[in-house]
Amino acid sequence: MRITCPFCGERDLREFTCRGAAVERPAPGAGEAAWDAYLHLRDNPAGPSREYWQHTGGCRAWLVVSRDTLSHAVAGCRPASGHRRGGRP
Amino acid sequence: MRYSALQVLWQGLTGNRGWKPVWRQPDPKPAYDIVIIGGGGHGLATAHYLARNHGLTNVAVLERGWLGSGNIGRNTTIVRADYSLPGNSEFYSHSLRLWEGLSRELNLNVMHSRRGTWRLFHSDGQRDEFARRGNAMLARGDDARLLGRAALRRHLPYLDFDNARFPIHGALWHPRGGTARHDAVAWGYARSADSRGVDLIQNCEVTGFDIRRGRVHGVRTTHGPIRAGKVGIAVAGHSSRVAALAGLRLPIESHVLQAFVTEGLKPVIDTVISFGMGHFYISQSDRGGLVFGGDLDFYPSYARRGSLPRQEQVMEAAMTLMPMIGKARVLRSWGGIMDMTPDGSPIIDATPVEGLYLSAGWCYGGFKAVPAGGEAFAHLLATGRPHPVAGRFRLDRFRFGRLIDEEGTGSQHNLH
Repeated sequence: MRITCPFCGERDLREFTCRGAAVERPAPGAGEAAWDAYLHLRDNPAGPSREYWQHTGGCRAWLVVSRDTLSHAVAGCRPASGHRRGGRP
Repeated sequence: MRYSALQVLWQGLTGNRGWKPVWRQPDPKPAYDIVIIGGGGHGLATAHYLARNHGLTNVAVLERGWLGSGNIGRNTTIVRADYSLPGNSEFYSHSLRLWEGLSRELNLNVMHSRRGTWRLFHSDGQRDEFARRGNAMLARGDDARLLGRAALRRHLPYLDFDNARFPIHGALWHPRGGTARHDAVAWGYARSADSRGVDLIQNCEVTGFDIRRGRVHGVRTTHGPIRAGKVGIAVAGHSSRVAALAGLRLPIESHVLQAFVTEGLKPVIDTVISFGMGHFYISQSDRGGLVFGGDLDFYPSYARRGSLPRQEQVMEAAMTLMPMIGKARVLRSWGGIMDMTPDGSPIIDATPVEGLYLSAGWCYGGFKAVPAGGEAFAHLLATGRPHPVAGRFRLDRFRFGRLIDEEGTGSQHNLH
């Protein structure tokens, strides 16, 4: 698997660390159920998926990678900083 | 009398034409009391214990492929009870006791071999942790012994004790741990369930649930609709996909775990050894192949194959632990899909849909859990109450912080 980092270009899987599904962070007062869902519950799709990865062995940027969990094909990768967060920090 | 030495001799002389299929190939009936989705180790064991312990035989097991085609046939066959936390501890202890009587119970040799498991430690902190774990095992009534370096060297002289990075200081020995023949377990439970009247329906994929007013009334399948009083899901690896058909989101991510086997060798490793640094473990199959595995690939996957970086890391761990393994040639490698929960422990519980039950989240401990998992799930399906040894495997425990975090690493999806 090779991922094209928007800052460094195409790099090997070894340089990246997967954080898991790119779930939206709820607002601080969203309630217990919303935070339980954010922390624990997952769609866990078999097919196209969006995940947080970090380019730990490169520029260390957090990325959102669009990837197929059945074929491991990477469809796209962009900086996580523009990703929707839901509530304000 | 079906299997005897005389029969083997007679069939061998007459072209092996007299053997009969061991279980039926029934068409599904329109309705059952209980439908179990998944004809793997846990599904078949559940069917067996429903019939044997609860007298429930109007039961069907629906399997998408063929019986035992999933993780029951893709694991590294290790059976042990060296857990320390309440919840896991009594469950795996109970499971090991069931393993010890399983060949007799199923009247089929599952080749359960109590060859002992060794968990090596490489630091003072790890020694303390293993002493505590061993005491927990002893307090529960299982066996454990902490061995120092000199004693361990007598048992396993071929390890690299003086490795510069990970010197071996000793090991926690669990003499009753060991291995079993994985396919035979599936076959034994299948034959037993079938002979008691359970319908085992293969090549039958569940495509949806019939849920009305929050209660399940049956399943839709590639063989048409089947009504059911209760439905149990036992499809670890793919639990999220089946649960999604019922509108449920689970605290599970699917990950690939790899395993490897070498060409057949003369007997060299007569036990099970776990490296304390880097999640590597190894045993030798009865055919002579060295069977070993390592860590998850650590990204969500449903592909039953792993990445080369992980293969490289596993091989490096093997060489670090026992340099002699470098002379063996790897025959093949494969991957299985694990239901990974945030705390690394399983789920046997009712779901928010009435009549729908779930056995899932087996992480990489599903094989040794088959007997107790089947018995506990059967108990839950039959009585509606959790089995005494599985009462903490709740679906909603993450929400309430009642974690069973055996590794002490926390409750997040990328930690186990």
